[in-house]
Amino acid sequence: MSVEPSLEGLREEALAALASASNEAGLEQWRITFFGRQEGRMTALLRSIKDRRVDERATFGANANRLKQELEGALEAKQQDLKDAALKALSTDSAIDVTLPGRPQVLGRLHPVTQTMRDCLKAFGDMGFRVAEGPEVEWDRYNFDGVRIPEDHPARDMWDTIWVNTLIEGKRHMLLRTHTSPNQVRVLERTPAPPVRVVVPGKCYRQEATDATHEWMLTQIEGLAVDEGVRMTDLKGVLYEWSRQMFGSDRKIIFHHSYFPFVEPGVEMAIDCFICRGDGRACHTCHGTGWIEILGAGMVHPEIIETAGYDSSRVTGFAFGLGVERVALLRWGIEDIRNFYANDVRFLQQF
Amino acid sequence: MKLSLNWLREFVDVDLPVPELARLLIDATAEVESWETIGAQWDAQRIRVAEVVAVEPHPNADRLRLVTVEAGHGRQQVVCGAPNVAVGQKIAFATEGAELVDGHTGERAKLKLRPIRGVESAGMVLSEKELGLSENHEGILVLRPEAPIGRPLVEELGDIVFDISTWANRADLLGVLGFARETAAITGKAMRQPALSHTQSAHKVADAITVEIEDPDLCRRFTASLIENVSIGPSPQWMQERLQKSGMRPINNVVDITNYVMLETGQPLHAFDYDLVRGKRIVARRAKQGEKLTTLDGVEREFDNEMLLICDGEGPVGIAGVMGGGNSEVSANTRNVLLEIANFRPGSIRRTSAYLKLRTEASLRFEKGLGMEMPEFAQHRALHLFEALTGGAVAAGLVDMYPGREPRKTVVVEAARIEQVLGIAVPTEDVRRILTDLGFVCHFVPPGKYSVQPPDWRPDIEIADDVIEDIGRIYGYDKLPTTMLRGVLPAPEVAPVRELRERVRDLAAALGFQETISYTLTDMARLKRMVPESDTLRSNPLGVVNPVAAQHAYLRTSLRPSLLETYALNRRNIDGALRVFEVGFEYLPIEADLPHEGTVLCAVLGGTRETRWAQAGGERLDFFDAKGAVESLLRGIGVKAAFAPRTEFGFLEGHTAEVRAGKEAVGVVGQVHPDHAAMFDIDEPVFLLELRVEDLVRHLPERPEYSAPSKFPEVRQDIALLVDAAVPAGRVLEIARSHRSGSISISAGLFDEYRGKGVPEGKKSLALRLHFQANDRTLTDGDVAKVQQGLVVRLSKELGAELRGS
Repeated sequence: MSVEPSLEGLREEALAALASASNEAGLEQWRITFFGRQEGRMTALLRSIKDRRVDERATFGANANRLKQELEGALEAKQQDLKDAALKALSTDSAIDVTLPGRPQVLGRLHPVTQTMRDCLKAFGDMGFRVAEGPEVEWDRYNFDGVRIPEDHPARDMWDTIWVNTLIEGKRHMLLRTHTSPNQVRVLERTPAPPVRVVVPGKCYRQEATDATHEWMLTQIEGLAVDEGVRMTDLKGVLYEWSRQMFGSDRKIIFHHSYFPFVEPGVEMAIDCFICRGDGRACHTCHGTGWIEILGAGMVHPEIIETAGYDSSRVTGFAFGLGVERVALLRWGIEDIRNFYANDVRFLQQF
Repeated sequence: MKLSLNWLREFVDVDLPVPELARLLIDATAEVESWETIGAQWDAQRIRVAEVVAVEPHPNADRLRLVTVEAGHGRQQVVCGAPNVAVGQKIAFATEGAELVDGHTGERAKLKLRPIRGVESAGMVLSEKELGLSENHEGILVLRPEAPIGRPLVEELGDIVFDISTWANRADLLGVLGFARETAAITGKAMRQPALSHTQSAHKVADAITVEIEDPDLCRRFTASLIENVSIGPSPQWMQERLQKSGMRPINNVVDITNYVMLETGQPLHAFDYDLVRGKRIVARRAKQGEKLTTLDGVEREFDNEMLLICDGEGPVGIAGVMGGGNSEVSANTRNVLLEIANFRPGSIRRTSAYLKLRTEASLRFEKGLGMEMPEFAQHRALHLFEALTGGAVAAGLVDMYPGREPRKTVVVEAARIEQVLGIAVPTEDVRRILTDLGFVCHFVPPGKYSVQPPDWRPDIEIADDVIEDIGRIYGYDKLPTTMLRGVLPAPEVAPVRELRERVRDLAAALGFQETISYTLTDMARLKRMVPESDTLRSNPLGVVNPVAAQHAYLRTSLRPSLLETYALNRRNIDGALRVFEVGFEYLPIEADLPHEGTVLCAVLGGTRETRWAQAGGERLDFFDAKGAVESLLRGIGVKAAFAPRTEFGFLEGHTAEVRAGKEAVGVVGQVHPDHAAMFDIDEPVFLLELRVEDLVRHLPERPEYSAPSKFPEVRQDIALLVDAAVPAGRVLEIARSHRSGSISISAGLFDEYRGKGVPEGKKSLALRLHFQANDRTLTDGDVAKVQQGLVVRLSKELGAELRGS
């Protein structure tokens, strides 16, 4: 069955017009011309179906509708073509230089000491340690006497103290804590019975000259675990896991003998040098020894356990104290501790 | 403590490489900081021991002599200028090519031989300086008479000197014998004892001197001996050498012996010139308040009545355990020596030396606690040396006043306790060996107990755990496995301030501020730049007695100066926007108590806003950037904030607001007054915000206020209001936001503030966008018109606002 000549003409005309339309406006014009609700030629054609003879009506109607669908399809296709072309032009002619800088969004950073502190606390937190803070300005009875360093004890030389200029009954008792250990005593004091498992973060102060590895204001984390069955091997295990978290999972640790009046036995812990891996005689980090001293620790002195009101024959504990700045220096290879509190943003924003 | 390896080897055989020995000592005993090799530069071939066999005058020079030496390969003649060269001496002899220190220039160079005043020289007889041993170039170095001819000097004199820091509880490690004992225990070698034997004359010490102890609480033991008819002179070379290696200066044989025995045993000794001791009587007593003595160093010192003095029949002759007096000092004229070796209460010696600011080799040892039997031991050792080296006669017996005698301590160590503390069982034979090597008497009491007597020189051993430490450190901590803590976890500690502090820290960083940490100690001038005199709390900070520097003399009562200082410092290096913050403490004094350590966030910002292009100039950050940061921060923690104008010291009035949560002031935000900014060398507008974390905590919502988004569309409406210029926009918004009508609520935003043309003088126009919303239906135009009208009426009533253009 052939298509009626009038339909064929309209078809050719419409397709030609569509082909020549080059933009959205042209397409809209075409749509109005052929499909406008009132005057559209296709609309008119469809409307004329009912004017046909009855015997022609079915065929003509079918053909007209087929044409309508074809033209609608063609419009859709053309619209898609135009959209594709526009997108193509966007990716080619209008391509942007993606190497241009982004529009700046503000972003601050946390201080490297804060970051290191948090990483340490997280590592200990994962092993069940709670966080307990205490005052930076302390009484000497907590800073010294309570941790078995009475006045006139030579161990006081280990901590050069900054004293606060306040006299209580004619005597100086207030000081800037020289270590976080006084908070061991405070935590034990307020814990009626074991278990105790805390880390104490905070600033400490020493009356000493600063150099590349010493600051007079420093940040420490004290650890304390007290319970029945706490052993030195647990201390080693906890510090081993912490070392791996902070310095890499292939770290090794050693303990060697040390002395702090509040622990017995007392040890110092070193990690194997991850800079030279033990073969660098000129290594600045470990001085060729292959080991980096990192913290002091030990088993809580039974007298301190007893003072807390626990039975030292059953209850044991360990304590450790580490310098957060030292950990930060090591993990990032920073050469001078004085960078931390000089507050130069050019330094700080790199972490 | 300087420790000579040769000296150590006198008491224990050590054949380990030096680094290994150092490592073992570090692991088990004390901190070996470093070591120095003496003779590392001495060429074993070219520098050897030789004997002087002839000394003749130089034909062409009065000051020079021709010295013939026997160096093992025949006799050789050298030209020598040393005044002390003499036949029979053993000396250090260098041949051509040996590397030496030039006696005049101090530089290292290889020896090149040339004729001196026309006479050929086959080598050189060396001074201490030429060997790099000391600065002494007065004469040649004279070796011990037994030194074998031809022996390389490096074997004769070479040594390793360790620099070791020992622990505050181990006076025994301030003596070579202490290290010998440790080394023996660590390496399993036997330890040798020093020679103690000496003969005694017919005279008795007890007839020559009486000793009284008036204060036995401070003087626990006092021994005295007498050596008569000594010849004062230099001590032998080997003794001088060891003293020098230990960092002490040789004086004469008597003084050197006392120092030598102290370095060897750890026990200090003091020698008096017996003939200068008045009344032939020694009294150990507390000083009278204000009593004075001129000590050996020539300084007159004054004492209080807690300090122990050693006195003779008439007055003080020494400060017990610290330093002797000049009035009884051993000199070249001394004939008879009274030797004091005592034991004093450690705390007392420490107190005295601290108060007098006089730390001596003696006080450093006494204050750590010495064994009560040590005086007697050291007497015998010293008397052995006196007899051998001074030619003196040792009077018979010792005067020994010993009021502090205590029964020997016994410590019971349960084997189970060792495991309880260390986490591993140590085999019985190891426990016994270790303790015995360290000088303990150790009995194993089956089935599982040790009865232990610590050696006298270890007063630090008090309880079983002290013994367990000795077992552990010698057994080796490397034998401990790693285990994980067992048991029940304690309840969590609740710390809302700390938690909020950390959230605030994160939010400040997220809002573009760089975290900084400042010293918490400052000075008064800096503090007062931002703290008014009228704030009596903050303008009276706690001071410290001994600041590390003048600018760190006070505990800060405000973070504001810290942050402004940080800002100024960074402004020198950074263009454009600068945003810094710190979360830290302000230390607010409390009468007769520790200060309150208040947690504060303080942030400072200024400069030009970031733009896409790196170029100077641009829009400046302003008050509303600072305020926006506060708003976001508080929104971040769920606290509803309000702002009100505020006058605050150091801030620009009219550009500063109080930050409120509920009715409470929780902080401040504003422009720093340009005059105050200038005090920090900041010459641009700079804005500061501060929030007190402890105050914020109280306003934290238990849970966020939450309502489900309405399913019905909202209606937007823009209106312009005319209000008096003085009416705060915030008030308008507050009313609009609180306005409700039935189920209809309004959220309101401000999109313009305008004054000027078209707006009457004294008025301003505020443009508001209102969002109307009901949660139960779609609003009709009528609904909206009614609610809006109600709002406008309320604004008109409360604030005198009129709808613009109506």
